[in-house]
Amino acid sequence: MSRAFHALAALLSHWRRKPLQLVALLGGLTIATALWSGVQALNAQARDAYDRAAQTLGGDAVPSLALQGGARFDQQAFVDLRRAGWPVSPVLEGRLRVGDVWIRIIGIEPLTMPAEARMTGEANGSVDAGMFGGFMAPPWRAFAAPDTVKALHDEVGLPPLVANDDIAPGLLLMDIGAAQGVLAAPGQITRLLIDPDAAPPAIPLAKATTLPLVRSTTEAQGDLDRLTSSFHLNLTAFGLLAFLVGLFIVYSAIALAFEQRLPMLRTLRALGISARMLTGVLLAELLTLSLLGGIAGVIGGYLIAAALMPDVAASLGGLYGADVPGTLSLKPSWWVAGVAISMIGAMGAAGYSLLKAHWMPPLATASRHAWRAAQQGWLRAQAVLAIFLLIIAAFLMLFADGVVAGFAGLAALLLGAALLLPPALAVILSAGQGAARRPLAQWFWADAQQQLSGLSLALMALLLALGANIGVGTMVNGFRDTFTDWLDQRLVADIYYTASNDAEHAQIREWLATRDDVIAVLQGVQSEARIDGLPVSVSGYTDDVAYRESWPMVAIAEDAFDRVAQGDAVFASEQLATRLKLSVGDTVNVEGWIVQIVGIYPDYGNPKGQISGEIATILARFPGARRGGTGLRITDDRTETVINAMRERFDMGDNLIDQAALKSYSKGVFENTFAVTAALNVLTMGVAGFALFMSLLTLSEMRLPQLAPLWAAGVTRRSLAGLELLKTLAMALFTALLAIPLGLAVAWCLVAVVNVQAFGWRLPFHLFPGQWAALVGLALLTAGLAALWPIYSLRTMPPVRLVRVFTDER
Amino acid sequence: MSVEKCHCRKSSNPFWLRRILGFVGMTGFLLCLFTLPATAQGFAGLGASDDTYAPVRPGTDITFPKDHGAHPGHRIEWWYVTANLIDSDGAPLGVQWTLFRQAAAPQDTGEGWASQQYWMGHSALTTADTHHHAERLARGGIGQAGVTATPFAAWIDNTSFSSMETDFSPLRLSSSDGDFAYDLTLATDAPMVLQGEGGYSRKSDRGQASYYVSQPFFTVTGTITLSGKDRAVTGRAWMDREWSSQPLAPDQNGWDWFSLHLESGAKLMLFRLRSDTRSPYLAGNWITPDGTSEALAPDAITMEPLATAKVAGRTLPIKWRLAVTGRDLDVTVEALNRNSWNGTSFPYWEGPITVTGSEGGTGYLEMTGYPLNE
Repeated sequence: MSRAFHALAALLSHWRRKPLQLVALLGGLTIATALWSGVQALNAQARDAYDRAAQTLGGDAVPSLALQGGARFDQQAFVDLRRAGWPVSPVLEGRLRVGDVWIRIIGIEPLTMPAEARMTGEANGSVDAGMFGGFMAPPWRAFAAPDTVKALHDEVGLPPLVANDDIAPGLLLMDIGAAQGVLAAPGQITRLLIDPDAAPPAIPLAKATTLPLVRSTTEAQGDLDRLTSSFHLNLTAFGLLAFLVGLFIVYSAIALAFEQRLPMLRTLRALGISARMLTGVLLAELLTLSLLGGIAGVIGGYLIAAALMPDVAASLGGLYGADVPGTLSLKPSWWVAGVAISMIGAMGAAGYSLLKAHWMPPLATASRHAWRAAQQGWLRAQAVLAIFLLIIAAFLMLFADGVVAGFAGLAALLLGAALLLPPALAVILSAGQGAARRPLAQWFWADAQQQLSGLSLALMALLLALGANIGVGTMVNGFRDTFTDWLDQRLVADIYYTASNDAEHAQIREWLATRDDVIAVLQGVQSEARIDGLPVSVSGYTDDVAYRESWPMVAIAEDAFDRVAQGDAVFASEQLATRLKLSVGDTVNVEGWIVQIVGIYPDYGNPKGQISGEIATILARFPGARRGGTGLRITDDRTETVINAMRERFDMGDNLIDQAALKSYSKGVFENTFAVTAALNVLTMGVAGFALFMSLLTLSEMRLPQLAPLWAAGVTRRSLAGLELLKTLAMALFTALLAIPLGLAVAWCLVAVVNVQAFGWRLPFHLFPGQWAALVGLALLTAGLAALWPIYSLRTMPPVRLVRVFTDER
Repeated sequence: MSVEKCHCRKSSNPFWLRRILGFVGMTGFLLCLFTLPATAQGFAGLGASDDTYAPVRPGTDITFPKDHGAHPGHRIEWWYVTANLIDSDGAPLGVQWTLFRQAAAPQDTGEGWASQQYWMGHSALTTADTHHHAERLARGGIGQAGVTATPFAAWIDNTSFSSMETDFSPLRLSSSDGDFAYDLTLATDAPMVLQGEGGYSRKSDRGQASYYVSQPFFTVTGTITLSGKDRAVTGRAWMDREWSSQPLAPDQNGWDWFSLHLESGAKLMLFRLRSDTRSPYLAGNWITPDGTSEALAPDAITMEPLATAKVAGRTLPIKWRLAVTGRDLDVTVEALNRNSWNGTSFPYWEGPITVTGSEGGTGYLEMTGYPLNE
């Protein structure tokens, strides 16, 4: 054992002498683990929130009765059904605006509520009964996630809040009596849960109540997991990319350390340490280092996730209406998984070196560059593999279906491109060498080729980071342009408002009729239906010249608006059309209503498919349709006057908004959505820069023997430093230029494959040359910064060190 | 018996129900409703506000039909019907129907969901070898459960006990659950019988009491349904009405309660309130066939368990010797079905009994508060 200990001590002494390599190894591991586990934390947190949301009221496990379209109804139906032996429990659901957020209110009746519908931890016996006292009596109690409690604690008009970890964020769970008060819906309910465990009632539904209640088992919230999966896949892909880039660093650091320690390993073997013990010791060293890196990495990952969580929460809220808490709470398993992935990654990166150490003959000659000897052969094999991967990528993107296939195609594309980089650079460099005439220029190209193998991993990382940046940037900017245009056209009204109840609605309409600065009142209604089993929203709009003039359509039939106004046709959203493979002229069956699609419109940001028809038609077909928002078209310059008058006349609060404010709100949601992507982009670039820096730093030391003869031949240290910088910049430039076509391929894949699969909308493909130029500049800056220290030390290197190259016995 | 002990009890009732009760802090709450003698004072928060509920005082006039209705000012109240029946084959069976009311706050003025009146219904059907029971919970204020005095109606969900016309009698008693149902007509010309002293029924020698009236003279016809099969039945039924606010002594941990239809036409009500620390408190009333009710002196009553059985993890006396000095009564009563266990929120034994000895007869026995065997 003590022999192993001494061997370990000898091996470890290497790191003391080469602290930079240690920094590279630990830094690489830390960065890789941090980005990966950070992304995992974001995903886990969001999934947990969906799970809680999906379990709200038992999710799919508890069937319920409701009116078609989800309108509220009188609670007498609950009493009638109970008295007919139906095992039902009333629920009142609604949303309440508090400050600038909407919170979901669920009112329940605990005595009749089915077991499966329970939301709090009482099933585990973890809840102190005393804590729940007062739930069913004024002033009531409302349970909410701790974050929600914190956010709402000053709010008046709500019952006293009780924090409970089992409640989904953004939700207040309270007694039905309390909810009726909070939502100003006395005597009203929205659903009746049916206890799935109870005996089926003997009296048929139609005999028990006169209301046209229908049975439903699907809760919209249950779809969140599916809807958001592409978003999470996106994050995961980024995390994986960052992890791989980090592992590149680890790989090069380990390989380098291994090469430099070959003589030491040989000596240890010669001293009688068996190959097995040596491998074991190397393994122990690696595990220790990766454990340290992993621990630092998960801490970093926590910090990254904590910093990004608010944006992720805002994105998910804005895109999907998912309530995700903005603060992190992680399970111990997450920490363990983070450290484990670091150790597994380090093992993977070190596997080749370890095997080599194990099989090394004790008396092998010390050949520092042995592992690079077969460089040409390697390059050729790498090129073949790269082309193979690129073919797979093309195949996946063009022919395969589904979001996962889209991302797999992206991965193959990125990996193939990265592998192709060193052969491509070698071709460019040898072309440069061929073109060079002066000796120093020829040396420049030849030396760059020689240096390529040492830098290729770092350059590959740079290529990946740049490619992902260009691709994502192209997609996001294109989306932004499209989205902004679309908003401009889609928001046709000058003022939007929502009445809080029927009485107020009627009063406002009456009042609006008296004003001559109101040109048109655009009433909307909403309902839900299923088409081919797919839940879709059904929207009714007021036929108005404003829509006819500016509603952006992807495709439209002739006289489409007239036909929709007549009630025998509808428009379908692009998402729905994509999902059901519909085009203009097709008919759909909307729960028995066979109707033709005469137009397809983009509906960005809406995860659900939608059809839109004329309001009277929709109301006739869907009697339970809810009144949606109302839009007002106002004569020029009178918008503010009307808003002020409405505010004065009615208690509108946040239910009244002008077009400009609504637009800026929507754009804010959009920017939030891509804030995370942008942050991860920056981090990936940072990782690539770090990789480049570490490679240059280690190379600068090893390259003294190459530089010393030039110095001896009369090239000044200053010129040498200049040449080195030029070389680094040239390599970065070539890499960046190669990254542009890669980035465009990535962008095309995102826009034309992944987005269509994930969201159901296809975006126009815009090019942003300005962005490329900026990224090329950024790449040069990164490379320049990374080369700065090695070059500075070369410039200021004492000549004696250069001389020593010739005196040292090597 | 403390509330904590109640929580610890295991029972066969659906797990979720107890949990939901736990969820709203109702376990102790319903327990105290049910184990009248035991838990109320021990349950924090209820004991403190005793004085603000309507009191129970001797000499208070009880009048009908007014007092058929609910007394929301009192904390607890019940409408309790037990019937000893035989089917057309002569097989004996029993039916129980109970509606409990509990006020969670004194002087409750809450309307709609804010009402602090809570209701619990129990239905059971017992034959010699089967026992079925069901439980229902409801809140007052919205119509899911309630009691009206004229015309009399008491209901919770799809079970009810209500006058068929404006007069109190005849009444229809019906209940339907997945595996059992009954639909019975109860009729009598007899007036209501006052228990205790003019309806004032002492529960301890320290002042605890309730208003207690009965109607033990119902004749019954109707149908029961078991395993999907209807059976015509006839027999006798006994209704108990009781309401109170004052919790019984904290040391009283359960009771044994008998109602007997004797062959002579006389009726006998007996109860024994068991205590941790004192000897049991015995009470009863002898009701002659003409409806005259006389309270029995405690020392005139003998209630002696003769045999026990293990039921739901407890050791319960399912055979008793009952004797009343001065009435020449010395009988043995035995459970028709020793597994007459209501595994409800608060589990208890309630089932039909047969009477042999100095006089024959039938009746019902209720036993509460027996601890789980160690």
